[in-house]
Amino acid sequence: MTAMPVVEATIPTKVSVRDLDFYYGQSRALKSISLPLYTNKVTAFIGPSGCGKSTLLRILNRMYDLYPRQRAEGEVLLDGENILDPRIDLNLLRSRVGMVFQKPTPFPMSIYDNIAFGIRLYEKLSRSELDGRVEAALRGAALWDEVRDKLNSSGLGLSGGQQQRLCIARTVAIQPEVILFDEPCSALDPISTAKIEELIDELSERYTIAIVTHNMQQAARVSDFTAFMYLGDLVEFGETNNLFTAPQNKKTQDYITGRFG
Amino acid sequence: MSEHIVSSYDRDLEVLGRRIAEMGGIAEKMLAEAMDALANFDIELAHRVVATDQRLDALQREIEENAILTIARRQPLAIDLRECIAAMRIAADLERVGDLAKSIAKRTVKILSEARVPRAVIGLKTMAEVAAMQLKDVLDAYAQRDVERARAVWTNDSELDALEDSVFRDLLTFMMEDPRNISFCTHLLFCSKNIERIGDHTTNVAETIVYLVTGEAMPTDRPKGRSPSLPASTETDEPTQ
Repeated sequence: MTAMPVVEATIPTKVSVRDLDFYYGQSRALKSISLPLYTNKVTAFIGPSGCGKSTLLRILNRMYDLYPRQRAEGEVLLDGENILDPRIDLNLLRSRVGMVFQKPTPFPMSIYDNIAFGIRLYEKLSRSELDGRVEAALRGAALWDEVRDKLNSSGLGLSGGQQQRLCIARTVAIQPEVILFDEPCSALDPISTAKIEELIDELSERYTIAIVTHNMQQAARVSDFTAFMYLGDLVEFGETNNLFTAPQNKKTQDYITGRFG
Repeated sequence: MSEHIVSSYDRDLEVLGRRIAEMGGIAEKMLAEAMDALANFDIELAHRVVATDQRLDALQREIEENAILTIARRQPLAIDLRECIAAMRIAADLERVGDLAKSIAKRTVKILSEARVPRAVIGLKTMAEVAAMQLKDVLDAYAQRDVERARAVWTNDSELDALEDSVFRDLLTFMMEDPRNISFCTHLLFCSKNIERIGDHTTNVAETIVYLVTGEAMPTDRPKGRSPSLPASTETDEPTQ
């Protein structure tokens, strides 16, 4: 059993990954990963392609269940409850752990319905209550002012950055506890990226956030804690401020300074 | 340290390191020549020291610009970030060392006409030798990224502090012996203060080297080498009492 890295004993832990192994068929993609996601903090997963960071993210809401021959061993505790337990209600889990993907994925429907769709799955609300929730979600994703006059036009007509914020609004609308971001800015221009980063900062006041990013400076900017992964191993986990100025592990240093080869 | 995937990044950092080494060499030479000029009352040499300072200032600006450019262009992290920050800090300290040496040289020009009691300069020379040795050590520590050597420099500065106290007492004695010495000895007092400050900048560089290599800051309080027999009134930093 690998020891759980403890950086800040005073901050409550929202998600606790313990001794997690993951297999794509025969190949072991994650090797005894143990790490915490602290409550209302942003944790970044960094590492070269194929290191397992996206895999880890996809385990946190059991996304891998959608694919055959993939399995996870170990424990992932969300508020103390093991979400790898086969008896867990996946719909409920995914309403508690929302996800935003690399490419914006708006549904081919109106902006309003993009948000309302998810809410309707989980709750029966009156029209005015629903209106309120849609507005709150769009405000929460810093998109309201840009779309308030065109809620009935298609979500596909928005710019890439707006579409991504629409997806964040959709995630926020069902009031999750944890939000997972899988490279949310890699398809966006710098201005849209800045808006998303600002949003992540605001969202962290209410949600526990995990973000996978290839952009080291982005990880350094938006996260409180950073996990560096390599070939399925967790190499280093620590406070972002320390990890990017004085990493403990040579591999971490080589990677974040661009010396990997 | 292995090399960056982008090789021009390595060159950027190498240039920073080389310029620091160049500044270090110039600062060392300025200190040595300023002291020679003072000891031998060599006006021509003193003027040369004053003129050399321009080169040091220009180098500092160049290092600062290059470090800023590297930060803007490459967003360095970890050791690379510390390299850039360290280069800027060390360049600033070496530039100050040059200023202090220049100040001694300027004073030399001024006091030549009233030069008295040449033996009063002996203590200063000893101080300057220790300061020069410390400066050399710290520059070597930078070149070799040698934390232990940097820490030794940091600790040894107390010797310079103690020497400054003894120089102070000597000069005080000369002044009490003969009031005509006062003007000359006061100038020398300022020179001793300058050398002591050079020591302080040297320890700053040592602290920066420790940060550069380990990522950790040195403790804020450094051992002081005040001699216990000295009256409390002389403990203040400025020799203006």
